Amino acid sequence: MYVAVKGGEAAISNAHRLLADRRRGDRSLPAIGIEQIVAQLGLAVDRVMAEASLYDRSLAALAVRQARGDMIEAIFILRAYRTTLPRFGYSKPVETGDMRVERRVSATYKDLPGGQLLGPTFDYTHRLLDPSLLTDEAVEAPLEREEAGEPVMRVSDILAGEGLVEDDGSLPDGHVAGDLTREPLEFPMARDLRLQALARGDEGFLLALGYSTQRGYARTHPFVGEVRIGEVEVELDMPELGFSVSLGRIQVTECQMIAQFKGSAKNPPQFTRGYGLVFGQSERKAMAMSLVDRALRAEEFGEDIVAPAQDEEFVISHSDNVQATGFVEHLKLPHYVDFQAELDLVRRMRREYEAAQNIDLPEAAE
Amino acid sequence: MSTADLATYNFAYLDEQTKRMIRRAILKAIAIPGYQVPFASREMPMPYGWGTGGVQVTAAILGPKDVLKVIDQGADDTTNAVSIRAFFQKVADVAVTTKTREATIIQTRHRIPEEKLTAGQTLVYQVPIPEPLRFLEPRETETRKMHALEEYGLMHVKLYEDIARNGHIATTYAYPVKVEGRYVMDPSPTPKFDNPKMHMSEALQLFGAGREKRIYAVPPFTEVVSLDFEDHPFEIQTFDRPCALCGAENVYLDEVVLDDKGGRMFVCSDTDHCEERCAGGHRGSLAYDKEAAE
Amino acid sequence: MTTDTLAFAGGFDQPVFEAQAAFRTLMDCMARPGTIGRIDATVVPPAPLNATAGAIALTLCDHDTTVWLTPALSRSALPGWLAFNAGATVTDERQNARFAFVEKGAMLPNLSLFAQGTQEYPDRSTTLVVEIDAFEGGRPLVLKGPGIRTEAEIAPVGLPDMFPHFWSENRQNFPRGVDLILVAGARILCLPRTTIVSVKEA
Repeated sequence: MYVAVKGGEAAISNAHRLLADRRRGDRSLPAIGIEQIVAQLGLAVDRVMAEASLYDRSLAALAVRQARGDMIEAIFILRAYRTTLPRFGYSKPVETGDMRVERRVSATYKDLPGGQLLGPTFDYTHRLLDPSLLTDEAVEAPLEREEAGEPVMRVSDILAGEGLVEDDGSLPDGHVAGDLTREPLEFPMARDLRLQALARGDEGFLLALGYSTQRGYARTHPFVGEVRIGEVEVELDMPELGFSVSLGRIQVTECQMIAQFKGSAKNPPQFTRGYGLVFGQSERKAMAMSLVDRALRAEEFGEDIVAPAQDEEFVISHSDNVQATGFVEHLKLPHYVDFQAELDLVRRMRREYEAAQNIDLPEAAE
Repeated sequence: MSTADLATYNFAYLDEQTKRMIRRAILKAIAIPGYQVPFASREMPMPYGWGTGGVQVTAAILGPKDVLKVIDQGADDTTNAVSIRAFFQKVADVAVTTKTREATIIQTRHRIPEEKLTAGQTLVYQVPIPEPLRFLEPRETETRKMHALEEYGLMHVKLYEDIARNGHIATTYAYPVKVEGRYVMDPSPTPKFDNPKMHMSEALQLFGAGREKRIYAVPPFTEVVSLDFEDHPFEIQTFDRPCALCGAENVYLDEVVLDDKGGRMFVCSDTDHCEERCAGGHRGSLAYDKEAAE
Repeated sequence: MTTDTLAFAGGFDQPVFEAQAAFRTLMDCMARPGTIGRIDATVVPPAPLNATAGAIALTLCDHDTTVWLTPALSRSALPGWLAFNAGATVTDERQNARFAFVEKGAMLPNLSLFAQGTQEYPDRSTTLVVEIDAFEGGRPLVLKGPGIRTEAEIAPVGLPDMFPHFWSENRQNFPRGVDLILVAGARILCLPRTTIVSVKEA
């Protein structure tokens, strides 16, 4: 008659086998190589590195391939690997003022030291499907300018020269930058932790929140002070040696969003800033992050908290896509024990309802 | 780093520092029954919401002498239970069992085994939302204050509104309890049928919520009382028939849809309990047919 | 051996499994106050800390935990040993200590001076590891509370006479308060803040 469902183990192993088959796809086509993903799907790799908080292009590309191109799945795979890595130490803050800049645009000045550099941007491409990419047509080598040697001055430093922008702020003496992957989450959060959460946060979620601030849900009158993309040096202090050593260079995208501020009893009228910094080339993410960072500073500036983007607990609790996807998708796990409990209650309430209807009917006839 | 030399993992997957952090949280959780201890939950190689909290707790307490049982919905053979069990076999080479009695650690989702647990056992619950007040007040900053001040009026109001609207307390699972007269606690989404088993249990009960980064505990022999009202006392679900396979009464049953004509059968949710009874010669109304048919 | 070399030796032989076994004993004893557990450790901490207390330190302490030590322990090679083997740092501020260690014969410090946790975060309190002479042969004390079916009895030697009074003061602030791990030789016994301790009526 009835045989209880068995064979979970076999089902899982068969599912994994099928997944591997679908991942590989048509065997008559060559398998896609990790180097190809790094080289030709670089922005996908960058997003995975940024939201997994692990800078390693090969591993990120491996994750992208393993995840069949599912970005959140790839981020998840890379994070689960990251969590097992030992910590050898904490690097010094990167100096983005010394960035070897590949792209740098400012919306606030027509021209400025270091110039406007478009770099490898989609911005002015016409979004017409390009048939030349169907065949492997030869691609011209890029033009390279002579190394200018001129430092690419930060817009925030230009404004700071006039005292018209808030400074970087200071942290209490002995403050050690937090790490929310190693400490329990607690609200309210210090800005260092908040920025870490945003840097790891889902690009789509931050984009939507940033967008909402532009549409009036916590408007901050933002200007892109500048967006810069390029390589920065990562250095580690070696107390034993008495100096710091360079660990190499990483590519980052930084956005400084300049926002309006009327001033307060404590601070003169000046511009405030929202900040975005992410691994790799990810301008959209860095800009969205800077908008949300600024919106989340509402309390600091005595602004009314009226919009979702200003609500720290709401934003930070829901920005992590690995958490979000896990919990949303867990709804497909069996819940039949709980459902049975609900069924039982609804059936009981239904019986009572029907009984009451039967009693009520004669009364209604009166 | 090259992709060729990927990591080798520590015993039970977690690194030792993470285990220490979780172990410290567990000791504090035991010392303050029902209080949710924040912990720095790690990213696990399985999705949040799929038992990462329970897995971290189990990984932190598990040793080579343990015998592990993993259930989901009361069954050892549900896919996620199989997957978690396989994980611990792989990363800790631990002995596993489906027999409640043989297990030293039982990791569970949504059920407490029917068989009475004993002093040598630890029950580890997977918890999705550890905060019993979360659906009344979404903000952690607020609910933490409410626990601090022992301000649980809102919970009673909610339960009473249920009664006013439906004639019943409409909470059938994750039914809130008060632990040792102090903290209101979420028992995880077990059916309220299982709530009485938590009270004065001989086993240690540990609760892990990975995504929400909380660990809490109920020590053995601790008072666990389901919230209720004098005129509406707490009551558990009852089933008007025994298990169709083993004939057990006073156990929690799963409803199985047999056909498209309204055919239903009710069988034990606790598969080990059911199999044990069947092996002992107990027969339900449908099991007998099955054997005759073979 | 000089105190310098002492600091770099005497950790666990098998850190993963010994720490797990020690923790399970601690967990079982914390969950069942009055139950006596045993931690046979391979660790050799600098005197006067006893080996079992040393094993507890290596099981629970690391660079995320600050540790308070009695004057005698502070003067010993223990701070260096803890730093090398656990990465833990010693603090003079009892309020900042996650753990505190008290060797046999030392005066039991005033419990209320240690971190009690806050009403919102009562877990942020000190756990004291206190070595005493024995769990039997002293004045009988009755234990009640979570983890105990009806009541348990211990007769510790080496706790002050006023201990039941100190402990009831600690309990009054529940959920705030400290937790206690008592060590006698290789044996341990835990008193979480929930345990009610009273002198057994003659």
